[in-house]
Amino acid sequence: MATDRSNVPLLEVSNLRVEFATRRGPLVAIDDISFSIAPGEVLGVVGESGAGKSLTGTAIIGLLEPPGGITAGEIRLAGRRIDNLPHDEMRKIRGKEIGAIFQDPLTSLNPLYRVSEQLIETIRTHLPMDASQARARALTLLQEVGIPGAAERLDHYPHQFSGGMRQRVVIALALAAEPKLIVADEPTTALDVSIQAQIISLLKRLCREHGTAVMLITHDMGVIAETADRVAVMYAGRIAEIGPVQDVVKRPLHPYTTGLMGAIPAIGHDVHALTQIDGSMPRLDSIPRGCAFNPRCTKVFDRCRVERPDPIPQGRTAVACWLYDGAGR
Amino acid sequence: MIAFVLQRVLQAVAVMLTVALVAFSLFRFVGDPVINMVGQDTPEEERIRIREQLALDKPVVVQYFRFVQQIVTGNFGTSLRTGIPIGQLMAERLPATLELAIAGGIFALAIGMPMGVYTGLYPRSGLSRTFLSISLIGVSLPTFLIGILLILLFSVVLGWLPSFGRGDVVHLGFWSTGLLTASGWQSIIMPAITLGMFQLALIMRLVRAEMLEVLRTDYIKFARARGLSNRAIHFGHALRNTLIPVITIVGLQLGALIAFSIITESVFQWPGMGLLFLQAVQFADIPVMAIYLVLIGFLFVLINLVVDLLYYVVDPRLRVDVSAARGG
Repeated sequence: MATDRSNVPLLEVSNLRVEFATRRGPLVAIDDISFSIAPGEVLGVVGESGAGKSLTGTAIIGLLEPPGGITAGEIRLAGRRIDNLPHDEMRKIRGKEIGAIFQDPLTSLNPLYRVSEQLIETIRTHLPMDASQARARALTLLQEVGIPGAAERLDHYPHQFSGGMRQRVVIALALAAEPKLIVADEPTTALDVSIQAQIISLLKRLCREHGTAVMLITHDMGVIAETADRVAVMYAGRIAEIGPVQDVVKRPLHPYTTGLMGAIPAIGHDVHALTQIDGSMPRLDSIPRGCAFNPRCTKVFDRCRVERPDPIPQGRTAVACWLYDGAGR
Repeated sequence: MIAFVLQRVLQAVAVMLTVALVAFSLFRFVGDPVINMVGQDTPEEERIRIREQLALDKPVVVQYFRFVQQIVTGNFGTSLRTGIPIGQLMAERLPATLELAIAGGIFALAIGMPMGVYTGLYPRSGLSRTFLSISLIGVSLPTFLIGILLILLFSVVLGWLPSFGRGDVVHLGFWSTGLLTASGWQSIIMPAITLGMFQLALIMRLVRAEMLEVLRTDYIKFARARGLSNRAIHFGHALRNTLIPVITIVGLQLGALIAFSIITESVFQWPGMGLLFLQAVQFADIPVMAIYLVLIGFLFVLINLVVDLLYYVVDPRLRVDVSAARGG
């Protein structure tokens, strides 16, 4: 796997498998995925709903809830294995080393506590500060995320902020203890289009300034193209293609990625109909044999229906498709 | 804030006037009060004199306002049965009932809340299932049966606790309390448990349901993602968000505890207002029943007012904040 910025990956996920125990046996939600994120790198993760993007993020921050759980593979943070840590050890990593931002800023903040209380609480959980130091830091953070009149708004309650402002507060909370990695799960989906760009550029700028790596989960290819260094395309619990964002966007290899790119309208070009991928992603309990994409693939051939492809390196990209296997045809 | 309080007080007054109307109408239902008061052979002039004295010859509306005016000025009338002023009767009985209701309420809260929190946090554990089964018994067993079973066990078989009464009472000015003597404490245990058992089950189930609900919310997930300790999440973030419905129910139930202590008081012969009311019913002592009704109504209204104000303390979203500017 290509880690183009550094030789030591910050996050290394190898052969991760997440299953849900059900009455009719285990349901495989994430099937043997591997990727890494370098320090300071922004990895975009795209895919349709149910492809396993959010679940991957949740697994990394260790918040999978029964009946879901990791059944195979490893997650390493700066070389240290974190997927099998005891609850209390993992708690110290959450917030301190891995921050998280969730989709809906309107519901991510506890309505009964002042913004200052929630910030100070987080800061003091992870950093050795007294109350006044923590408060000063809380103020700095609010200023950093661009909340006007931060000093005055510090003691406001969440309901006194608008959606965009609340997401800024959430970002401040995620950054409170200077984590090395932020898992941002659809951070702008719930926001106005006009606010989305602001939040994304804020997130990008802050992470560059702090040297924070980001795992940016979204279904918005536009956001990925603008923000990410590398992108992983997920389909039915597997990574279809992963590589530098310019390569994947300009010269997509996997037929699924090609389909995704064809579905993006380009401004300035008259297009009568956008390309559409026929069919829909299979449910977890009915993933076809071989390549999960084969029933919808335009370039399908016999091997795809029998054998499941693993990522095959193609330049700086890796693609899970038999088209690129030397012995394929 | 002041407007809110004022509005609630006005509502409370309206409710109280309605309650007073119902209480007042009790007098009209049981026939001519003068006949009840005096013997059959009282001369007609004497009856007319009494009727005028009690203003019974005036229109109903005037009588009603006279009734309200008397209550407001603290003149509650006289018990037909004992001839003792009702104000005095109530003052003797009210402390007993209030102490019992509060003891029952505290028992229900002190046990029910932790049980609810526990069953909410660990819904699958064996202890939680046991608590839930017990609470089912608490909800479904009638109060008098619980009381009688307790008496059977602790008074008759074991002989540990007295089966009736309030024990020795200490008078502090107008208030008589049983909580300063050992026999008073012994006496209040069983009635309080009996009275509080249903509320305990109710509070436990309510807290449990609310905890389960709150623990699923995004802000709890985000609090976990921030690495807060379980204690901070469960008791700081989750429990506080469950309090609004709990306060509502506890408030209403405290009123219910006072009003429906009648059964418990009669099982344990507790010298409170409920027992007084039962005796009044047996003797058709209308003035006592009317005043009891008004007093209970007043306590309900008062508790509801306090509950409404408590919401403000717990939930900042209800506080009207004039300076709240909304940024983009």
